[in-house]
Amino acid sequence: MKLVITYIQPHRLEAVKAALLEAEVHKMSVTNSLGCGEQMGYQESYRGIKFEVNLLKKVRLEIAVNENFLEKTVEAIIKGARTGKIGDGKIFILDLAECVRIRTGERGRDAIG
Amino acid sequence: MEIPHRHRARTAAFLGATSILAFSGTAAAQDLSAAMEEMRVGLDTFWVLLGAFLVFFMQAGFGMVEAGFIRAKNTCNILTKNFLDFCMASLGFFICGYALMFGSGNGLLGFKGWFLIGAESAADVPLFAFWLFQATFCGAAATIVAGGMAERMKFVAYLIYSFVISAIIYPIVGHWIWGGGWLSNLNFADFAGSTVVHTVGGTAALIGTFILGPRCGKYAPDGKPRVIPAHSIPLASLGVFILWFGWFGFNTCSTLSVGDGSLIGRIAINTNLAAAMGGVVAMLTVWKRFGKPDLSMAMNGALAGLVAITAPCAFVDPWAAIVIGSVAGYIVVRGVELLDKLHIDDPVGAVPVHGICGIWGTLAVGIFGKESLALARNGLIYGGNPTQLGIQILGVLSVAAFVVVSMGIVFKLIDVTIGLRASSEEELRGLDIGEHGMEAYGGFQIFSTT
Repeated sequence: MKLVITYIQPHRLEAVKAALLEAEVHKMSVTNSLGCGEQMGYQESYRGIKFEVNLLKKVRLEIAVNENFLEKTVEAIIKGARTGKIGDGKIFILDLAECVRIRTGERGRDAIG
Repeated sequence: MEIPHRHRARTAAFLGATSILAFSGTAAAQDLSAAMEEMRVGLDTFWVLLGAFLVFFMQAGFGMVEAGFIRAKNTCNILTKNFLDFCMASLGFFICGYALMFGSGNGLLGFKGWFLIGAESAADVPLFAFWLFQATFCGAAATIVAGGMAERMKFVAYLIYSFVISAIIYPIVGHWIWGGGWLSNLNFADFAGSTVVHTVGGTAALIGTFILGPRCGKYAPDGKPRVIPAHSIPLASLGVFILWFGWFGFNTCSTLSVGDGSLIGRIAINTNLAAAMGGVVAMLTVWKRFGKPDLSMAMNGALAGLVAITAPCAFVDPWAAIVIGSVAGYIVVRGVELLDKLHIDDPVGAVPVHGICGIWGTLAVGIFGKESLALARNGLIYGGNPTQLGIQILGVLSVAAFVVVSMGIVFKLIDVTIGLRASSEEELRGLDIGEHGMEAYGGFQIFSTT
């Protein structure tokens, strides 16, 4: 079992969800976040003070998958999120030690579904 | 009964007309004139009460502007302060404020009318209506300081301050200028309150903010100012429009009489033009200086124009209102920059808008005012006589000095007794939780890194 954590551009969320749906990945968790990598910030000014904004708005998805779904998930995310510009985001793949479905108490592969 | 001198011309005209009718000799004519007089007083009372209701609504405007410009974690606190200071002003102005301001006395203070017992209306409308109108002005002055001292002032300290300013300091200044005191005897002119309300509020905010110190993290160790962004520009812009709307009552209803409509029409157009030009010029200034049209500054500009036209609104022509508003729009932007240079942290711009532009508006009377519009003597540009301007300067400087000293003492006293500033833990967590045990945005996830 793996946990896929990916940071994408907020405006690519709909495209990523659509691609994941095509790959039959329906379950995910989405949160707002701030972040940056190679992307440079931009300047804002507020009441006469200029300041650098280095943390840009991002969207974070977390998806728990069984081994056989891993590559499909990663390809779907890339398909939806890639624009070719700096700032497209990153995917992190972690080993998932255990997964439990709260409603039934199932564990492991069956819990991920 | 003190009749403000702007009112004397109208009263004289009406009394003249009534006496002519009386001389016609018939009982019917006297009945008619008595009935007309009653209707006139009724109409004027309606006008004054309308003004009271409009200026009261400005409290909502102040509340939204202040809430919008600060962080979400302190919003409940600022709104509670805004809410309570009107309650405190209502109380304080009833107990002793009106007596100090309009009671008969000497050139410095009034002494008659505590709890409104034995008090008299200073206008040709009933006492209670006049009192309410004046009380809303008192509330406006008191609430200006909440913005300047926002996000780190103890709530109890604020309650004490708001009672003192509405019961004592504001009425004393009001007595000097509107209650028959020494400045009015010099023909110092402040039609609707650039000095009485805005300079008083802005100067109190300045000395209070200075004693309080800046917010944690506002100025970096190397002295550069850091941005603490507004949490709700929509709220702030709603507030600005509410203030602009209420200001039509603030300025026009200060005639205390409908008259034949020409004066109130003039005041209304001047008010609007000054606000509009203040907004445009502030926006252009900030656009040129910092690259983008900052809405928060543009709105401060409109408010600055309104503050600046408040004193001269009855005494100037519309073209002068345009100039006055434009200058205010420019100086408010520069004022915000200046305060940051001096490390005086004013989260909403209360000092540049109300203090600096209040002074400008007072001086503008002496520059653009016209004798033909019931000012004592022409302003500087009509004939070159600087006397009126000199009187305006004297008046506004004495008021500013009085407020700085008296409010400085008040704030310092509060500071050494119960403390003026909230603790730094409270400030970081947000005053809403520390002072009120509640959150303004319960249930929202507020992502704030300042």
